[in-house]
Amino acid sequence: MMSAVPISWFLTLSAILFALGVAGFLFRRNIITVFMSIELMLNAVNLSFVTFSYQHKEVAGHLFTFFVMVVAAAEAAVGLAIILTVFKGRSTLNIDDVNSMKN
Amino acid sequence: MDVILFLIFAVVAVVCAINVVVQTHPISSALSLVGVMGSLAVLYLLLGAEFIAAAQVIVYAGAIMVLFVFVIMLLNAGAETKKGRSYLIPGAPLLIVFLGLMAFFVQRIFPDNTMVRFGGFTGGGPKEIGTALFTTYLLPFEVTSILILVAIIGAIVLARKEIE
Repeated sequence: MMSAVPISWFLTLSAILFALGVAGFLFRRNIITVFMSIELMLNAVNLSFVTFSYQHKEVAGHLFTFFVMVVAAAEAAVGLAIILTVFKGRSTLNIDDVNSMKN
Repeated sequence: MDVILFLIFAVVAVVCAINVVVQTHPISSALSLVGVMGSLAVLYLLLGAEFIAAAQVIVYAGAIMVLFVFVIMLLNAGAETKKGRSYLIPGAPLLIVFLGLMAFFVQRIFPDNTMVRFGGFTGGGPKEIGTALFTTYLLPFEVTSILILVAIIGAIVLARKEIE
């Protein structure tokens, strides 16, 4: 029974979470769920940052994670405001119906 | 002990992440995402990132997800209706290929020479983070405040009622 976790397990978990985020981003049609998939991808990348921070015994990765969190908070505020505006104008949350820039 | 802790919370994170993607109702996805963030906070603690673990719980699981749930409630978002093409047939194999490639390269580039132990890295407390934040990373920190200001003004401008 080993008592320590290989660092590649953390990176593999990060890759799995990122891939699931990409899948949600591509497959889902609800704009809020698409937005949550982006948050999932950001979380996966944060896990990579903290893991590399452990590997190099450096605090820089933690700070990048902190900045990613700040950007995610700002992005959530603005993005959800945009979703509110889109819903006010179109009464739909389906991203297939929001295609006026297509043509 | 560390392995058991990692496995428990990694499984919880992956199951919750799958739930985020497959649930049709947004509120179920949001609650699953809180589960992912909570288990990631435990993994951060395992990696010695105490401050980031606390910030994860407060900022992500607290503030951002409350914002999401609030908007879902406000818009009265119902379950997603299935219509149009399904991308599951080409998407699922591509996802597995992508994961396999990632796992291959991770195993190839990072052979298991570094082992993660709880307490193996103690430089992630608030003291160390604060020192680095206000010395080496002072400029990005200050730029962040402008970013937040822009986000606040943008959100207010987008969400306000039109005044005739």
